[in-house]
Amino acid sequence: MTEGDADTTTQTHPRIRTAGVDGMLVSFGDSLSEPANRAALAFRAEIERQGWNGVEESTTSLVSAYLRFDPLHLGHAELKQKLDTLLSDRDWYEAPLPSGRRLWRIPAVFGTDLGPQLDQAAEAAGLTPEQAIKDFTQTRARVQTIGFAPGQPYLGELPQAWDIPRQSALTSRIPEGALAVAIRQLVLFSVATPTGWQHIGQTAMRLFQPEAEEPFLLRPGDEVEFTETDAETLSNMRSDPHGGADRSDLP
Amino acid sequence: MTDSLTIHRAGPGLTLQDMGRPGYLALGLSRGGAADRLALAEGAALLGQSTDLTAIEMTGTGGEFEASRDTRIALTGAPMAAAIDGTRIAWNASHTLPAKARLTIGSASEGVYGYLHVGGGFHPPERLGAHSAHLAAGIGGPLEAGDKIDLGPDDRTTTGLTLPKDSRFAGGTIRILPSIHTDAFPQELCTRFEDTAFTRDTRGNRMGVQLKWDGDGFLPEIGRKIVSEVIMPGDIQIIGDGTPYVLLSECQTTGGYPRIATVLPCDLPCIAQAPAGAPLRFRFVTLEEAVEAERRAAQTIADLPKRRQPLIRDPATIPNLLSYQLISGMTAGRELDPEGA
Repeated sequence: MTEGDADTTTQTHPRIRTAGVDGMLVSFGDSLSEPANRAALAFRAEIERQGWNGVEESTTSLVSAYLRFDPLHLGHAELKQKLDTLLSDRDWYEAPLPSGRRLWRIPAVFGTDLGPQLDQAAEAAGLTPEQAIKDFTQTRARVQTIGFAPGQPYLGELPQAWDIPRQSALTSRIPEGALAVAIRQLVLFSVATPTGWQHIGQTAMRLFQPEAEEPFLLRPGDEVEFTETDAETLSNMRSDPHGGADRSDLP
Repeated sequence: MTDSLTIHRAGPGLTLQDMGRPGYLALGLSRGGAADRLALAEGAALLGQSTDLTAIEMTGTGGEFEASRDTRIALTGAPMAAAIDGTRIAWNASHTLPAKARLTIGSASEGVYGYLHVGGGFHPPERLGAHSAHLAAGIGGPLEAGDKIDLGPDDRTTTGLTLPKDSRFAGGTIRILPSIHTDAFPQELCTRFEDTAFTRDTRGNRMGVQLKWDGDGFLPEIGRKIVSEVIMPGDIQIIGDGTPYVLLSECQTTGGYPRIATVLPCDLPCIAQAPAGAPLRFRFVTLEEAVEAERRAAQTIADLPKRRQPLIRDPATIPNLLSYQLISGMTAGRELDPEGA
């Protein structure tokens, strides 16, 4: 990003937009950045804390906070006013991350038939497979958002070399617990699905278990480190409710 | 023992549905719930109970059902051929299903989603605060022959009410608002979108429906470059080949395709209920018009109880018509015969 782009960002963001008749989107950037993601998480946490009448649900995406509200009981002008006031209350780009975050150390197998696209993804990033695995295991990644499917995290941010595109042709089926890479992010899949992301590894994580006491394992803002393991160890971890992952609270 | 409804035969798209489970959006789970929420409200009005109760949603066709107790039922949404022990019963109406009688529900004559409501609602085990199946998320699943579903307590007795038929089962003109990406579309694309006569494609389910039309696609230049953003039911995504796709209740929670517009929540039942091939057109409205439309729709729902009418039985559906005394004071019928022959 050039200096000029950075200036534009601060001038046009945060930006409040209506999203349909019953939604408002507060965006902190047009493209993913650490400060924009931090701001979105912190702002949404404050929205939840405020508990305004008429606001029915809120969430975050990579760079925005979203509110669904009842426009018959909370007018657009009034809600926008409230959001404006809250936005100018502090510098959200500098806000601390929400409390209650955890650090997960997640065992994964990289490459082999459990991560069949490791070599091609590494090549796209201009790295050897060994260097690629080093990047995946030495980056402390944040759950930037959970979305698309239940419990599914978008993790980032990887080093610049990983700004590789999604594939134009879809992989017809990537399994649950698969780890895939593109655009400086890792996605840990919570359901088997077609995808354009490159499949580089496999974990034993079942991120969404509707019948379990703890249906969703990860939360936005949590941090993740991957540790390399082998196929046999991974297979033994499948019966563990946390897929062999170790969890600790972050300060 | 708890009373229950047994499913003897199930069409392929039967699920338990309610108003969905709000509150899990930030964890990637969309609200889900009935594809046609208005039909839930109509069933609730016919049975004089809360719209929060759970009903069976039937996609295209119903099945065969039996209750263990005398049960009040209501049938709403896409009209389907229904009968109790072989006797045809009216759609968009409430009835008594006697214990052990067979309720059969056939195919929809128009629309897509029909609903079977019971007095007291269905009470399956609760999952994440709701009863509804969310197929895309793997919560619950389709109902199958042999399933028994618990019935909730019901202290009311009124049945035999009907509501006027609604027009939302054959497509129509859908009101839309600009979405968060609309300003990234050239005006020409938005105008052409409003001018295009679409039909509903055969591809569609509880997650969304694809549109069909003749002509060029609607993908703007920016199409492949936008950052993934929150997406909601009603949003009209333009997918990679330029095809518009309208999201419904079980949609994903974020999306990376640009959205040309978003459908007003009060017009979503009409999209969900449009059968394959039904004509659909889209018209942009202002935010003020949208709020007013939602206000009117909410009022219509609040007024549903006032619009109920007693069901008048069609003589053609009364099997033992000849055993009824239809008129009193019968004569030999010769009064009109001048000759008395």
